[in-house]
Amino acid sequence: MIEVKNLTKRYGDKRAVNDISFSVGKGEILGFLGPNGAGKSTTMNMLTGYISSTSGQILINGVDILEDPIKAKANIGYLPEIPPLYVDMTVDGYLNFMYDLKKCKISRKAHLEEVCNLCQISGVRNRLIRNLSKGYKQRVGLAQALINNPPVLILDEPTVGLDPNQIIEIRTLIKKLGKKHTVILSSHILPEIQAVCDRIIIINKGVVAADGTAEEIATHLTNEHKMTIRIEGSTHTAADKKEIVEAIKGIDGIKYVRADMEREKGIYDYDVEADENVDIRRALNTLCREREWNILMLQLSAMTLEDIFLKITMGDEVIAKEKAAEMGRKPENTAPKFSLDIKDGELVATEVEKEEKLLVDQSFDDDDENNEGGEK
Amino acid sequence: MGAIYRREMGAFFTSGAAYVFLTVFTLLSGVFFFFGVIGSGTTETSNMFSSMFMVVLFLIPILTMKLLSEEKKNRTDQGLLTAPIGLWSIVMGKYLAALTLFILAESVVFIYSIILAYLGNVVWSTLLGNYFAMLFLGSAFIAVGLFISSLTENQMASAVVSMVALFVLYLFDSLAASVSIEAVKKVMLMFSFYSRYLEFTQGVFNLTSVVFFVSVAFVFNFLTVRVLDKRRWG
Repeated sequence: MIEVKNLTKRYGDKRAVNDISFSVGKGEILGFLGPNGAGKSTTMNMLTGYISSTSGQILINGVDILEDPIKAKANIGYLPEIPPLYVDMTVDGYLNFMYDLKKCKISRKAHLEEVCNLCQISGVRNRLIRNLSKGYKQRVGLAQALINNPPVLILDEPTVGLDPNQIIEIRTLIKKLGKKHTVILSSHILPEIQAVCDRIIIINKGVVAADGTAEEIATHLTNEHKMTIRIEGSTHTAADKKEIVEAIKGIDGIKYVRADMEREKGIYDYDVEADENVDIRRALNTLCREREWNILMLQLSAMTLEDIFLKITMGDEVIAKEKAAEMGRKPENTAPKFSLDIKDGELVATEVEKEEKLLVDQSFDDDDENNEGGEK
Repeated sequence: MGAIYRREMGAFFTSGAAYVFLTVFTLLSGVFFFFGVIGSGTTETSNMFSSMFMVVLFLIPILTMKLLSEEKKNRTDQGLLTAPIGLWSIVMGKYLAALTLFILAESVVFIYSIILAYLGNVVWSTLLGNYFAMLFLGSAFIAVGLFISSLTENQMASAVVSMVALFVLYLFDSLAASVSIEAVKKVMLMFSFYSRYLEFTQGVFNLTSVVFFVSVAFVFNFLTVRVLDKRRWG
């Protein structure tokens, strides 16, 4: 239905969209996911022929959008980021205008009624668009895109500015539309994409970072063996924690261990990551049996779409931060420790090992200064 | 094109621009008619029409100022440019809407002609000549205004720049007089809207002038299409 080949858009030296290729089949709902400024809207504007591409090709229903724009555009219903509404018109007047503009051949009265019912705007048809709430304006924008039953629907952040109820309504509507139309929708909201789309394309800095169903993307990216374990030591003190971390580090194939927060009194969670293709669960069990520790919980941390999104879009940044945390501070210190005292009948929590932390921070600062000096 | 034309006509009246335009136009032409024609006891309408040049010059930008600038500002151009229509249809729809309103305003002279017919003999050839002269002038000016409207997002800027641009075109005659280089002078006079228009009001039907005004309208509409097209490549 839609085929995009090596699409590139340059603004001066900046590549807003860089060599994107994908195709969307009939009846598919495709989600464009990406942080703000990733190139989602630019791509959509190119797909709809609003702006042209610097290079590459877009085929809508087999028609090149640059070679035969009128024929290609007839196949598309587009809801831009800001709905193109004439605020001085009534909803009815506007929809009639769009009906004429799209040279719609379907029976006018029945078609407009159908579209209005779908978008639930039948009650406001005689009102001026200027006076409508944002949610209604968005729905009028959607209604406009649906006029003439285009086989392809392109929706740029269709739920922005809507309240939670409306968001659910619009999502349901999009799902319903997906049965008859090919839908591309963009969003920077993960659950939305996850809830509505069959397939997801993650765009970051103008390139496709991932393409597939949520599960495919997840399995593709999670070849690390990560888990969270809750282990009960023998003494129920912080000393346990050190001992346990050291012991787990001793297991073959462990990449890193980090003690997490104290979940139950004297019992901590540990984030453990092993090398690929190494299953450490049995070794862990043996270890705990030997030391007479109890495993209270073991959870494999499958990556959620959110993790994936962060990983892809923040990329190296997150890893760098994690590494800095690992190297700079001992893993045990990442979670702040509090000592509880009772002063004047009130419970007071004070952070311990503060001094040590400060020292670490200072050493970081020193490094920075040295670096700057070096650059000068 | 029809859809855009109808929408623009509707917008002229809902925004009030049409009322301002029609009121000021009929008011001023009425003043010129009363003092220039009735007051001086003649049925000769040429004086009235030559005075109307300035009125047309300052009123046309009111019609054209928001035709394209508002679309860009409100992002409604996104709806037009992604609809299955060509750029020429968009531009011509808007152009013809403004032109229709102008013709509507201008046709007030037929009311004057009835008054004149009652008072004396109307020279229909000069009256019609003048009517068409103003029509050609208006069609050229509207194209210029529409073009300037396509360049900005601000309708006030569009109006002011259009007025200045049209005024400069009007000044071409006086400027040409002070230019000593013969070739430049000739070229400037060639583009003189005012002298071409005056020629009409004096009852001379000059086909080259008709071609000139129609060409100006075409060239500026063409440029407007180019501006819209270029925006896609920006």
